[in-house]
Amino acid sequence: MPVAWIPSLMQKLTAGQQQVEVEGATVREVVAALDARYPGFKERVLDGDRIKTEIAVAVDGEVVAAGLRAKVGPESEVHFLPAISGGAS
Amino acid sequence: MPANNGYKVIGTRPIRHDGVDKVTGRAIYGADTQLAGLLYGQVLRSPHAHARIKSIDTSKAAALPGVKAVLTGTDLPDAGDQMVDLGEGPARLKYLRDNVLATDKALYSGHPVAAVAATSVHIAEEALDLIEVEYEELEAVLDVREAMQEGAPQLHDDMTTQEFGEDTGRKSNLATHFEHRLGDADKAFAEADVVVEREFQTATVHQGYIEPHNATASWNADGQLTVWTSTQGSFTARAQVGAVLDMPISRIKVVPQEIGGGFGGKIPVYLEPVAALLSKASGQPVKMIMTRPAVFESTGPTPGSYVKIKMGADKSGKIVAADAYIAFESGAYPGGLVGAAAMCVFSCYDIPDGRIDCYDVVVNKPRSFAYRAPGSTQVAFATEHVVDLLAAELGMEPLEIRLKNTATTGTRRIDGVVYPKMGCKEVLEAIRDSEHYQSPAPAGPNGGRGISVGYWFNVGLKSSCTASVNADGTVSLVEGSTDIGGTRTSVAMQFAETLGLRAEDVKPQVADTDSIGHTDVTGGSRVTYATGWAAYKAALDVRDQLCERAAQLWEVEVSQVEFDDGVFRSGDNELTFKGLAGRLEETGGPVIGRATVDPDSGVGGSFAANIADVEVDPETGKVDVLRFTVIQDAGRAIHPAYVEGQMQGGSVQGIGWALNEEYFYSGDGHLDNSSFLDYRIPTSLDLPMIETIIVEVPNPGHPYGVRGVGEANIAPPPAAIAAAIEDAVGVRPRELPMKPDRIVAALQAHEERAAQATGG
Repeated sequence: MPVAWIPSLMQKLTAGQQQVEVEGATVREVVAALDARYPGFKERVLDGDRIKTEIAVAVDGEVVAAGLRAKVGPESEVHFLPAISGGAS
Repeated sequence: MPANNGYKVIGTRPIRHDGVDKVTGRAIYGADTQLAGLLYGQVLRSPHAHARIKSIDTSKAAALPGVKAVLTGTDLPDAGDQMVDLGEGPARLKYLRDNVLATDKALYSGHPVAAVAATSVHIAEEALDLIEVEYEELEAVLDVREAMQEGAPQLHDDMTTQEFGEDTGRKSNLATHFEHRLGDADKAFAEADVVVEREFQTATVHQGYIEPHNATASWNADGQLTVWTSTQGSFTARAQVGAVLDMPISRIKVVPQEIGGGFGGKIPVYLEPVAALLSKASGQPVKMIMTRPAVFESTGPTPGSYVKIKMGADKSGKIVAADAYIAFESGAYPGGLVGAAAMCVFSCYDIPDGRIDCYDVVVNKPRSFAYRAPGSTQVAFATEHVVDLLAAELGMEPLEIRLKNTATTGTRRIDGVVYPKMGCKEVLEAIRDSEHYQSPAPAGPNGGRGISVGYWFNVGLKSSCTASVNADGTVSLVEGSTDIGGTRTSVAMQFAETLGLRAEDVKPQVADTDSIGHTDVTGGSRVTYATGWAAYKAALDVRDQLCERAAQLWEVEVSQVEFDDGVFRSGDNELTFKGLAGRLEETGGPVIGRATVDPDSGVGGSFAANIADVEVDPETGKVDVLRFTVIQDAGRAIHPAYVEGQMQGGSVQGIGWALNEEYFYSGDGHLDNSSFLDYRIPTSLDLPMIETIIVEVPNPGHPYGVRGVGEANIAPPPAAIAAAIEDAVGVRPRELPMKPDRIVAALQAHEERAAQATGG
């Protein structure tokens, strides 16, 4: 089952849990599963039907351009990270 | 020198395709742009670091003979305050627009407040003097920690601190706070045998590109806009111009001219929207070129920083815990660079428990922007110092503790990322095995040696290539990546390798936004990696089409045609690439290969390390670099000379950070050293030849194993030089730059402490 890593500033939503096993074959499904278990999660990371501009999602260590549509494997790790903005790199 | 590993083109050193144009002065840069009826634009900039703009009267300037147009911030279209997607990251439109021309407030000395177009540069300059701006001066805040204090002058009336998707509602200069945590740092520190904590500061530093910003714009009567500019990304320039001018990108063509250096600083637009509106207002094309003071005062340097690092180790030398507090000056508007710093701060080490606390803070300085591995140099300076202190406490050699704790494949960084195949260990081993490291350290009482290591994660992003096969067997390769460091050639070489051609048989050119598919910036050390990958895929497309043509000629199935080493074969039939290219007319006409890439995975990060030998003059505090070696993992060095050039260039810039470079502000926030006379970058007279050692740990995520090499090399130099200074004279400044007066002050304090200890 994929493992979602919860940012420390969001862990009050998860009662301090840093890693959470959730069902999901896409980032969208992972976020939905997290929101079902921890209400408010979706509101925190999504703006409508998109990931908030200040947040990036990484699957297995790589920030995904496909956003919510990105595929998540059964052994995947999903991380929510601060977005590097402004053409920083 | 790296081995060729069976490649015929990759790993060789052909002459760059644009070399003759560059050395003979024929290459066209932005300032060379000439159009009929060209006007010249100039910008009026705020003399105040923080002021409310009460009124601007442009009537006298507009009445000056020869003046064709005058603009202020209110002439920019008001498309509301929204987040705009620039293709490579979001931006808040108000900030983007206000940095081009201020409306309500001037937030740094040099902030543009008005612009003029006239028939000559001199008339435009004269007109600037006739613009009357009434300011209400406000108290400025220039230091990150002061800006974070309660009661500090607030730059933006409506700014509240954002904490990872949550608006705290707290009004502050603190734009963003976020943190990373791994494991239980408190427990790990409590159990550590040795714990060291230190504070560090680094100065605001400019990229120092030789070519100033420039833009020429022509607004046609049909509403089409063409912009010729020096940019790291024609497509992001187009997106930004479109956002600021509230116009669709289909009406904008950006023509990238040759670029005289960027290092991250030529990603944002400054003059382009202004030149466009001046052209629209005057009905004539307008050219604008920044002066050097304007470049320093108004474009995006790297953030000054305050960093606190705490690390703990057990008796064996294993680093067991790490804690970082990182506060960055984003300048007048919020930035995104502290996030990158968080990814780099402990990136060279395998540390099981830790936390990273990050703050992005606005101050009355120009909006900071990317500068070569943005954020990494600031934190490498701090972390490497603390690692050396741990080693000293434990009686270990600096290299020994680094090798014992090196990040490697499978290491989980404190921000959670797990490394794929990486070359940190190999880079450190290359230090150990180098002739420099094994040679004696500088002799004499004031000579010393230091080492350090740093990291940059690199990026992928989108690239496009098209390739037209010519009848003479050459190929015209069109790409969208502006060429800063020889990438035309490194991209063309990957195309040539794939098709068994010579590098010289591929003619690369950089096209405008109407002539090639979307291509993201030349930044993030991505061009040889991603655009090279697009060229590889375009070559495969050409190969497949030529196999079909050969099948037609030989009247066989395409599956019966093989291609190897530049030759097509089927049974007894055989044609070279050149031979088949000459017979396209009889098999259906031209062949054009094309490809785009947007790699989500496989971007290989790169580690770089230094060995620095210095001599310190204890009387004056001057530090001379006697010998300097840079080691870097290139994955696969496509053109080793260009890899070495990047390594040397990044090292020199890092040495500049270490010893000389800083924005020097007066108390009222005016930049006092906005020229290369007073802002001292290292020259060839200051430094020895930078020695290079290329390490190759191929990136499994790229067809040819490429890792971008443009950036990691700037991260370690300040730390290596600091360590060498300490080895030489026993003091190690914790503030950049380590300029002579700081060295002398540190030596005096050291002597006073020694005297007190001995009762003297």
